[in-house]
Amino acid sequence: MAEESSKKYLLGNDAIAHACLESGIDFVSGYPGTPSSEVIDRLRTQKDPWYYLEWSVNEKVAFENALAASWCGLRSIVTMKHVGLNVAADPLMTSSSTGTKGGFVILSADDPYAHSSQNEQDSRMYAKFAQIPCLDPSSVQEAHDFIKSAWELSEKFALPVLFRPTTRICHSKSDVELGAQMPSERKGSFEKNPKQYVVVPAHTRPLHVELTKKQSAVAKHLVEAGYNRAEIRGKKAVIAGGISASYVEEILPEDISFIKIGAYPVDREWLAEITAQHEEILVVEELMPIIEEAVLAVANGVVVHGKLDGILPHEGEFSTALVAKALAAVGFAENNYPEAPVPAEVPARPAILCPGCLHRSVFYAMKKVFKDGIFPSDIGCYTLGLQLGAVDTTICMGASVTVGSGIAHAIEGAEVVSTIGDSTFLHTGVNGLINAVYNNANQTVIILDNRITAMTGHQPNPNTGMTACGVESPKISLEELARACGVKFVEAVDPYDLTHLLAVLKEAKEKEGVKVIIAKQPCVIMNKRLGIKRSRYVVDSDRCLKCGACIRYGCPALETDENGAARTTSLCTGCGVCADICPAGAIHRGGARS
Amino acid sequence: MKKSYDCLIVGIGGQGTILASNVLGDACVLEGRHVRGAETHGMSQRGGSVETHIRIDGKFGSLIAPGTADLLIAFDVLEALRYRHFLKPAGTMIVNREMVVPTSVYSNKLPVPTLDAVEAELKAGGHKVVLIDATAIAAEAGSPLAANIVLMGAASHTLPLAVKSLAEAVRRNVPPKTVEINEKAFNLGREVSF
Repeated sequence: MAEESSKKYLLGNDAIAHACLESGIDFVSGYPGTPSSEVIDRLRTQKDPWYYLEWSVNEKVAFENALAASWCGLRSIVTMKHVGLNVAADPLMTSSSTGTKGGFVILSADDPYAHSSQNEQDSRMYAKFAQIPCLDPSSVQEAHDFIKSAWELSEKFALPVLFRPTTRICHSKSDVELGAQMPSERKGSFEKNPKQYVVVPAHTRPLHVELTKKQSAVAKHLVEAGYNRAEIRGKKAVIAGGISASYVEEILPEDISFIKIGAYPVDREWLAEITAQHEEILVVEELMPIIEEAVLAVANGVVVHGKLDGILPHEGEFSTALVAKALAAVGFAENNYPEAPVPAEVPARPAILCPGCLHRSVFYAMKKVFKDGIFPSDIGCYTLGLQLGAVDTTICMGASVTVGSGIAHAIEGAEVVSTIGDSTFLHTGVNGLINAVYNNANQTVIILDNRITAMTGHQPNPNTGMTACGVESPKISLEELARACGVKFVEAVDPYDLTHLLAVLKEAKEKEGVKVIIAKQPCVIMNKRLGIKRSRYVVDSDRCLKCGACIRYGCPALETDENGAARTTSLCTGCGVCADICPAGAIHRGGARS
Repeated sequence: MKKSYDCLIVGIGGQGTILASNVLGDACVLEGRHVRGAETHGMSQRGGSVETHIRIDGKFGSLIAPGTADLLIAFDVLEALRYRHFLKPAGTMIVNREMVVPTSVYSNKLPVPTLDAVEAELKAGGHKVVLIDATAIAAEAGSPLAANIVLMGAASHTLPLAVKSLAEAVRRNVPPKTVEINEKAFNLGREVSF
């Protein structure tokens, strides 16, 4: 049943998900990563879905699943954040050679300003690298509309299409015109064709030739289809790509040409023709100067401003106010924005581990036992352990284990303790563990097992016992997995039992080789949602020594009163770790369940 | 120059800033108007400071530039102060008279700010400042969790949206079981005098 088209106030990612439903999507896979996660989170809660959907264990796995579905003639999408595309880069780079059958869309969400990422890489470069089309929407509505046409584009050229929204598209909201959902009845089938699907050298060489041949037709189509378009209004022009185009549109004077780049590759002839009609051009694009370099290649004496002459930054997120400044700097328009006022001085309120979070007690115990320890960590809520001095390195998914091994081999006698979440361990951490055992690294690995992928919005993983669509699945045993890797010392602990946790850590410290400790407690946010309650702890202020030991634990549910004595607040979730820390025994269970 | 009415909603992750912004967004759609919003998702939601931008009649980007917001709605006095510089000089702030002291104050042994001192600093900024005991009023309506809707009610006097649309948007956005409480919270919020 098709539903009526309508206008709604929607999150960018929800609009993207809706566009998938309007396009007769058959196959969805991905790995959660801010700012991309809500696309699958929306699609996995669809009532009576007609499509296959999975959260995969990592982006490479997700990518290959979706690519195979495309080879079987299905419309598929794989979603991830920009750094996830690095993990999936191996199949990506060859998928352009094999080509596709059913439409195949790769959603890789970029994060200029690194709002919640480890870098600010520009996924458009991957499209260029793999020689595939890239769609770069300027608004939520355009994100919706581009997704709808992305499958047609993919099917027209038999190429994967990279769809690259940025955080400010994914996490912006807008009034969006939606179409009707179009359930698909397509059935997959695989036609054997080794010359396409088996990329031995003899096959891949002609495939590369074919791929190169497609490029100019793709670029021409992107102009004809209106992704890239020009409004010539004078001798000066602004060329803008992605979200920056909407910032430019808000303030561009009427006598300045507006050229909008919504897709790549940009047709060289078209760009040369437009450039030649102007005397001076400002290029506005976040992150890398991809459009700017293309314009410079055809500039032929036309003055080109942008990042390369220092008018705009290579880093961070743009805004209308920033674009106004650039327009003024090149003399295209006056800047009507006020100088940014000075913010008031207010104590910082960074994101913080939740009251009762298992990670906090693990970090506390780890620092107690390994006083001279080196603590490689990973990507997840527990990266916030940085505030507790318990995170010494974080580079990418899974690297806590491997960086730990590297340090252990590099420094004799180093006390290395790596921390990694369950989802991240299953993503790429386990490979590092196999390697650590194989090469006999001397390190302790603590798996912070909260049974969910918490930071990105509580997506299930193979350790949850449930699929993305809520179907029961076998719950992986992290203990057995670690033992199967060859680890001899494997201990599961309750991190709320501080005494036991300290004892196990001390035991691990005394042993040689790879030690794995699995700290198990469900995420407190999930407990709250499931209605699981523990009664609060309270401080007996008469017995409180005002020593600050509990305050230093850093739990948001602990504060000091006007006399300097500790007290708990209504945020307390009853984990009781502070009671174990208090040297005076002044903290005890006693409050109402919260 | 700008043609939109720009409103910043700020608070602490988990306080309901996104629901409040959805009320404004849906009210715009009910009136057939354009709207743009920008939200904080991901790790910063874990008890951190959060901001939501709403541009009523906005047709372009969703971000409000510092010094240009028409209205600041704050769920906490410290957050009002943190984001005050987004307001234009003639802007208004509607603030819940509540203060959650950041954990960083205790762990870094900074002086603990007092509600009175923060209030005084807010009032010294030259903006129109409306302080409301939204949590207490919400409790009176049936649940302290409806404080965000009390603030929406108070803001309805300033927002360029019909009260009818806002009230309908409240009904559409709150959990079905709490519609009555939130309607009451909205109406009590409307009674707050400026």
